[in-house]
Amino acid sequence: MYAWVSLLSLWAIPLILSFILVYGWYKRVPVYETFVDGAKGGLVTTIKIMPHLVAMMVAITLFRESGALELVLRALKPLLTLLHVPAEIVPLALLRPLSGTGSLAIATDLIAQHGPDSLIGRLASTMQGSTDTTLYVLTVYFGAVGIRNGMYALKVGLLSDLVGVVASVLIVYLVFL
Amino acid sequence: MLNVIWLSLIVFSIVVAALNGRIEVISQASFEGAKTGVTVSFGLLSVLIFWLGMMKIAEKAGLLELLAKALSPVVQRLFPDIPKGHPALGYILSNMSANLLGLGNAATPMGIKAMEELQKLNPDKQTASPAMCTLLAINTASITLIPTTMIAIRMQYGSANPVEIVGTTLIASFFATLVALLLDRWYRHQHIRRKR
Repeated sequence: MYAWVSLLSLWAIPLILSFILVYGWYKRVPVYETFVDGAKGGLVTTIKIMPHLVAMMVAITLFRESGALELVLRALKPLLTLLHVPAEIVPLALLRPLSGTGSLAIATDLIAQHGPDSLIGRLASTMQGSTDTTLYVLTVYFGAVGIRNGMYALKVGLLSDLVGVVASVLIVYLVFL
Repeated sequence: MLNVIWLSLIVFSIVVAALNGRIEVISQASFEGAKTGVTVSFGLLSVLIFWLGMMKIAEKAGLLELLAKALSPVVQRLFPDIPKGHPALGYILSNMSANLLGLGNAATPMGIKAMEELQKLNPDKQTASPAMCTLLAINTASITLIPTTMIAIRMQYGSANPVEIVGTTLIASFFATLVALLLDRWYRHQHIRRKR
């Protein structure tokens, strides 16, 4: 199953690219001009997103570097221990929704320290891979179109992150213990 | 809500740093964070330019419309507010398939494009529509068939079986996505009820 899926993943981009180009050619679309025309949109969108990303990254970096993250971790530890989340994994669980690069660094560090095939290593891999960075997705997607009031989207994203953390722990325990 | 979170993150961090006697960290971390924001944006820039160019060809050739028509029964259930055959559906489908295949850097441009199409349908341009919230719920939870980055890192650290976490990752992300969609439904209904 995995071999099949990874083959699909490897071939997906080359196939999609050639299919779009050949089909466009067949439909008499001027492919080069159309590409350049569409690509311009990428420039505009990035400029729109950049201030949002800078604002968010400043807040998250401050939160991490000031020691505030550690403080919150200490406060949350009893709750997460109650949910059977091992103490080593708590920083990862907490940072995962906030910062993709930050949590990847923690996950890599855990794998380096405990080994990829340890319980902690497997748990870190599952937790890091099973969800996307909620705050990043929210910032980029809403920032790109100028939405100010995100309604309930943040709440839904964070609650599903919590479910992802608990589910990762349960499933890794179930499969590997 | 974002206003409150952003402000609290910053003010709380400054207070904690001051209490710890490490106030000098703040100015350094601010610029560090700003730099990270710009770096991440530049990472997005190349991907966005490339994929939005390709997707424009797909759109002009009518491929997105075809995709939207072929798979709309599935997606229409998730997004009941989008009119049949609307280009937004094609982009949403592209976004979902790219996510599934673990092609993260192709998924984001298509998600943004879908967002732009949804914004055209949105009556209040500053407030997220229910369809936008659903798209966001799908993307924050993001079901992944192959967590490519984690497999690569496990290989790098000499795992005996780097892909053994594919199954656990898939199941965990399935549950997270399921809950995200259910919560999204729940809040949407509450919101509609409150409006009446």
